[in-house]
Amino acid sequence: MLCDICGKSVATVHLTEIIDDQMAELHLCENCARAKSMEMEQQFGLADLLAGLSNLGGQVEPQTSAGAKCPNCGLTYENFKKVGRLGCNECYQSFSLYLKPLLKKIHGSIHHIGKSPVNKPQESPVKPVVKAKVSQVQELKNQLQSAIQKEEFEKAAELRDKIKELEKKGET
Amino acid sequence: MQLNDLLKQTTEWLKGTGPDSDIVISSRIRLARNLDKVPFPHWANKKQGERTMEIVLKAAGENEYLKKSIYLKLSELDNIDKQFLVERHLMSHEHALKSENKAVVISEEEIASIMVNEEDHLRIQVMKSGLDLSEANNIINNIDTSLSKGLPFAFSDELGYLTACPTNVGTGMRGSVMLHLPALVMTKQINKVLAAITKLSFATRGLYGEGTQAAGNFFQISNQVSLGQNEEEIIENIKAIIRQIVEQENMARSALMQNNRQILEDRIYRAFGILKSAYIINSAETIEMLSMLRLGQDLGIIKNIDRRLINELFILTQPAHLQKIEAKKLSAQERDVKRAALIRSRLG
Repeated sequence: MLCDICGKSVATVHLTEIIDDQMAELHLCENCARAKSMEMEQQFGLADLLAGLSNLGGQVEPQTSAGAKCPNCGLTYENFKKVGRLGCNECYQSFSLYLKPLLKKIHGSIHHIGKSPVNKPQESPVKPVVKAKVSQVQELKNQLQSAIQKEEFEKAAELRDKIKELEKKGET
Repeated sequence: MQLNDLLKQTTEWLKGTGPDSDIVISSRIRLARNLDKVPFPHWANKKQGERTMEIVLKAAGENEYLKKSIYLKLSELDNIDKQFLVERHLMSHEHALKSENKAVVISEEEIASIMVNEEDHLRIQVMKSGLDLSEANNIINNIDTSLSKGLPFAFSDELGYLTACPTNVGTGMRGSVMLHLPALVMTKQINKVLAAITKLSFATRGLYGEGTQAAGNFFQISNQVSLGQNEEEIIENIKAIIRQIVEQENMARSALMQNNRQILEDRIYRAFGILKSAYIINSAETIEMLSMLRLGQDLGIIKNIDRRLINELFILTQPAHLQKIEAKKLSAQERDVKRAALIRSRLG
């Protein structure tokens, strides 16, 4: 198979592009693929990538995180999104709902399996800032993610509506 | 020991010893640690920052592994001294930018150092010459365990050591290996190798850490993931990838020796010629020429020059080192002259 762009070299890279809901397959040689990927990088820069990372967990996250504040150090989740640094170790507990998907994305895991210190500090009495109602939303969001991954789109649409409904209630 | 005494010794990572030291310059491990419930350095107020510094310096002073260390508060150092420590890789460029409530502890042979109030309350690091991550890990593990007896480190059973940036959470460990890969650069294979490394979630940087260009064919490879793998796994993964890169570089070196020996020898002897004869030379050209000289020494083309001497020249010719040697402030032009003189006398 020859490259779709130059038509000269053998296509070794196979891409699926989705533009306006239309799926197109591209078969490219190494050189054209490199040019193409640079083009794509320009469209989707690093800044977007980082912003996208801290917005993980879906499009609904920014509303629910607004105003969330760590009771130990006073840092808000908005502060964190600006500087990319947390305020203290308690922030991990305070913002656990948002941080866990982020950690999963960065490390591929949310479970430490290495060393522990000799004198472990007492587990924190600080509770997550965001209450149970949002946890229900989060649970639905998780289901939504997995439904999308399994390509169960009808189920995903139902879940999306449920989440919207719950969040409306949460706002009022 | 004082700061100025460091000038008289070869810093550990440049000794040119240890496994695979023809290609692997040095191995480094750092651990990020924080104090429980105390705001991280960027979020702490002046008083909190000051208290953190005092607590950590006291604990380090009592540490059995850090006897005979140098303890330096950055507010008491001038800019040349700070730059000098950055050039020796004893602290980061970021750490040197602000001085308030920042300190650095340096062990006697410059194997271990602790940055206090950098991005995290403690950044412990251990460096070894050559590919020696396991030994570096043994040393840093002892220091860390011993420090954790006196300092309440921020830790959760679920997420491990808690750090200012979520990218370091878990083990808080970053292992990095500095490689000299001139043959992969000359044979234009380096980009393929680097692309493969990035795909495997490892980062590459230049000689001077984050955001720096890979000058003089030096590349630093480090792990990105710190959560969900234990310390030994992280180290084994880095070692596995380093072994492959070393093999690739060796193959490229053999290919150059077999197919392009004349061109290779020409480049190496020209570099040697410039270093031995120049009266004005800047930092970038020096690193580039020393890189070729080192390759020549590795391949046995250049004889009678010690690897350690070449390694030392990499650091002695850096701006702050030149100014410490001359014991005065020098302009960039003055440095280029002093640098050339220093190289001529050492290679003479």
